[in-house]
Amino acid sequence: MSYIAKPSAHHPALPRNALGLTRRDYEGSMSTLCAGCGHDSITAAIIEACFEMDLPAHRIAKVSGIGCSSKAPTYFLSRSHGFNSVHGRMPSVTTGANMANRDLYYIGVSGDGDTASIGLGQFCHAVRRKLNMTYIVMNNGCYGLTKGQFSATNDKNSPSKKGEANPFDAIDLCQMAIQLGAGFVARSFSGDKRQLLPLIQAAISYKGFAFIDVVSPCVTFNNHPASTKSYEYVRMHNMASENKLDYVEPKEEITAEYDEGTSTSVELHDGSQLMLYKIGEGHDPRDADAAIHTIRTNAAKGTIVTGLLYVNEDQHDLHDVLGTDERPLNGLPMSELCPGSKALEGINARLR
Amino acid sequence: MQASEIAARARKRGRTPPTDIENPQYFHKVVDCQWACPTHTPVPEYIRLIAQGRYSAAYMLNWESNVFPGILGRVCDRPCEPACRRGRIQVGDEGNAKDPSKKNAEPVAICRLKRVAADYKGDIDNLLPAIPTEKNGKRIALIGAGPASLAVARDLMPLGYDITLFERDPVPGGLMRTNIPSFRLPANVLDEEVGRILDFGVKTLFGAEIKSLKAMLGEGYDAIFVGTGAPKGKDLELPGRKEAAANIHIGIDWLTSVAFGHVEKIGRRVVVIGGGNTAMDCCRTALRLGAEAVTVTVRSPRKVMKASDWEIKDALHEGIPILDNHAPKSFVVKDGKLVGMTFEKMVQTGVDAKGRPKLEASGEIVTIDCDDVLMAIGQENAFPWIERDIGMTFNEWGQPAVDRKTFMSSIPGVFFGGDAAWGPENIIWAVAHGHQAAISIDAYCHGRSLVDRPKPGHTLVSQKMGIHEWSYSNNYDPRNRQAVPHATLEASLKNLKLEVELGFDDKIAAREVERCLNCDVQTVFTDNLCIECDACMDICPVDCINFIENDDEADLRMALRVPALNKSQDLYVSGPLKTGRIMAKDEDVCLHCGLCAERCPTGAWDMQKFAYAEAQAASACLSHHNAYLSA
Repeated sequence: MSYIAKPSAHHPALPRNALGLTRRDYEGSMSTLCAGCGHDSITAAIIEACFEMDLPAHRIAKVSGIGCSSKAPTYFLSRSHGFNSVHGRMPSVTTGANMANRDLYYIGVSGDGDTASIGLGQFCHAVRRKLNMTYIVMNNGCYGLTKGQFSATNDKNSPSKKGEANPFDAIDLCQMAIQLGAGFVARSFSGDKRQLLPLIQAAISYKGFAFIDVVSPCVTFNNHPASTKSYEYVRMHNMASENKLDYVEPKEEITAEYDEGTSTSVELHDGSQLMLYKIGEGHDPRDADAAIHTIRTNAAKGTIVTGLLYVNEDQHDLHDVLGTDERPLNGLPMSELCPGSKALEGINARLR
Repeated sequence: MQASEIAARARKRGRTPPTDIENPQYFHKVVDCQWACPTHTPVPEYIRLIAQGRYSAAYMLNWESNVFPGILGRVCDRPCEPACRRGRIQVGDEGNAKDPSKKNAEPVAICRLKRVAADYKGDIDNLLPAIPTEKNGKRIALIGAGPASLAVARDLMPLGYDITLFERDPVPGGLMRTNIPSFRLPANVLDEEVGRILDFGVKTLFGAEIKSLKAMLGEGYDAIFVGTGAPKGKDLELPGRKEAAANIHIGIDWLTSVAFGHVEKIGRRVVVIGGGNTAMDCCRTALRLGAEAVTVTVRSPRKVMKASDWEIKDALHEGIPILDNHAPKSFVVKDGKLVGMTFEKMVQTGVDAKGRPKLEASGEIVTIDCDDVLMAIGQENAFPWIERDIGMTFNEWGQPAVDRKTFMSSIPGVFFGGDAAWGPENIIWAVAHGHQAAISIDAYCHGRSLVDRPKPGHTLVSQKMGIHEWSYSNNYDPRNRQAVPHATLEASLKNLKLEVELGFDDKIAAREVERCLNCDVQTVFTDNLCIECDACMDICPVDCINFIENDDEADLRMALRVPALNKSQDLYVSGPLKTGRIMAKDEDVCLHCGLCAERCPTGAWDMQKFAYAEAQAASACLSHHNAYLSA
């Protein structure tokens, strides 16, 4: 944290988006996280993504649980809707909000403790229900707020800062998400914005459950040389599935070279596309089994596979499954929202 | 790998070599105001001293650099202000006097803060350098008692020189006294600062016009300094000039006559020809001498007028119309007396290669009735008193050839400075010349090389006080530039001597100082500490910092988060980082807020104060600078 607020002055030539806003307009208040925290980088990528996609802040709801990660929504989009919920309960709150207003973009921010321990059940059911949201896990493998105890995603071979061994196997959230039916699963690294930014943009565009597990080093407790979630380790052992990712907005023309053998494009629901360049010896991101195989075999070698791991372009979201009204609750007239006691009696009569 | 080797490799591969921050001129250039100041006054440092209420210390730091803080705090040409970084960040609501369609940038009011130091200082006599009672046996003659000569005297007196000052006028000050009206620069301010130097024991001969350099050379001085300014106003040979001579005045000569009380009134209707600061002084003086209708005419468009924006504004504020695109054609004479002037209106037909407007006569003739004409169309130096047969080399424009570095003419021991050297500049340049000439004179008198100039002093010291604490006020204050209070128009126009600008009081000054960005507190980057976490890039409020693949500088500039289009500002480029990328920082609009250093987990960024002081002839004149360098 800092004693001064981030100065209001910005670069006079700062670009503006279609809404006439600069990226500074998408910021939140000053981060109180430790200097160098990976979470701040992810925050910056979310800001950049929303700016570049010309999203109006009031069409976005940011929801979080408890933890360092869950503090982060305060640091972006100060003019959007937000809910800082109970530990691990971000998915439930988002589900409720999403059911009530399907027109908003939901960005859920959680951490490895919030998702892989206390909120594991919540996470599983949000995935299973194919809730239309972007679920970002800021994954640092430890509980930074309580002095760095191991979390459930910390690799077994990764000791604590003081050298204490970790006795348990790690939960791999990406594998779980694929198994549970998530339609968009990616992994990235807070220190690689070139990869992270298009993934966040594509996840926001994706209609259905979009999950991004972002390895985000904890500079205070888990950035030591033996940690597998340190800046240095991730940089040395990062195997990107693609050399380059490009998010192409619906209105944009694809100008880059498109070469059949070495690149493919994923069509997203709003007409935007995610261009994937050179998937060398990688896997087909539309093949869930191949994705899990790639993650597992690489993890066994100590390599972290990043990039778009799996995508199902034909997923139906929870509203489609339930056949809910096209309109959000706040768009329904009172007569439809609360049809009166006669209608209730009718429903009750049907159940007798 | 050695830094030089890394740089050589980068160059070989068409990439930008790492910035050499060991070269003091790199960080010096980042301090835009200090860099732009001809005497390199440490502006942010004295502004911090004012912020602390240490007015005398702020004054002394100024005095050591620019010799005349009270004078310059009123009438300096202020090259520091257009250079001020704040002006590139903040644009105010106030229109530009030359181009009303443009809004003025809002640099820190550096000049007015300088005046605050002068106005609020305490007794500084005990802070001045000691003058040795035992002289060094060298005799120096200074010709002309303007700022250049006075600066030479200030720099040499503490070294024990025996200095004699020759001045044509009955009082010292030169152009500062004769050409700057006292409603802009009161005589008591001038007397104080000029007197301080003369009181060091300078021998003075007033009313002593030097008529022959040859004779001076025979007087046995060890060195002679010519600081005679540019005393010759230009004239316009137009029809009617001779017949109307009684009512046509050369601007600077007329201002001198007013200054000495020889002229106390002027005609009812006055036309001033010219678009420089002298024209602004002439028209405002005419108004105070009782003229009822004063009109300024300029040949070129308003946009390219030479006068400072603020001086044009002051003239307009006093109700003086400025007619641009008016080329003087003739003086209208009736019954042997001036009754008006004719002008031909000009039209702009485009711009020349240098971006200046190309003008063509439109054929439209305008007549302005008037009783007096003041010509302020430029001035030049003149040396009728330098014999052409004494071995001095003159250039193609008939001016003595003066070495740009040593300030010595082709006659060994004869030095030039101020406007006398290369034509009209301004006071602050004259002082800068004086410092350099003094160094040369001292070297010359002691048989040292004049070409080997003494090196500037500089230090770079961390300002970190705690985890998020710095020794300077790093917060950005979004406030607009503070306006300076003026005397009422009614009172001003009645009194030639009443100072129009009242200066900042301590409360206004306390607000203005916070606008200074402390550009001398540098962002210093140590590449081998960086873990490339992006924290600095993400927090930087002005998107200066980039982690990027290296390239040649032109491409690198375009590839930054916000392209670095202002090429007058440097890129700060690091050596290769662990991922092979580099850190590239565009210095252009950095706020020096220190957030990059606060967000850095490894201390790769640090905020370090860069203190820089130019060398002078006498180190005794740099005691406050030496304290500043070692603080």
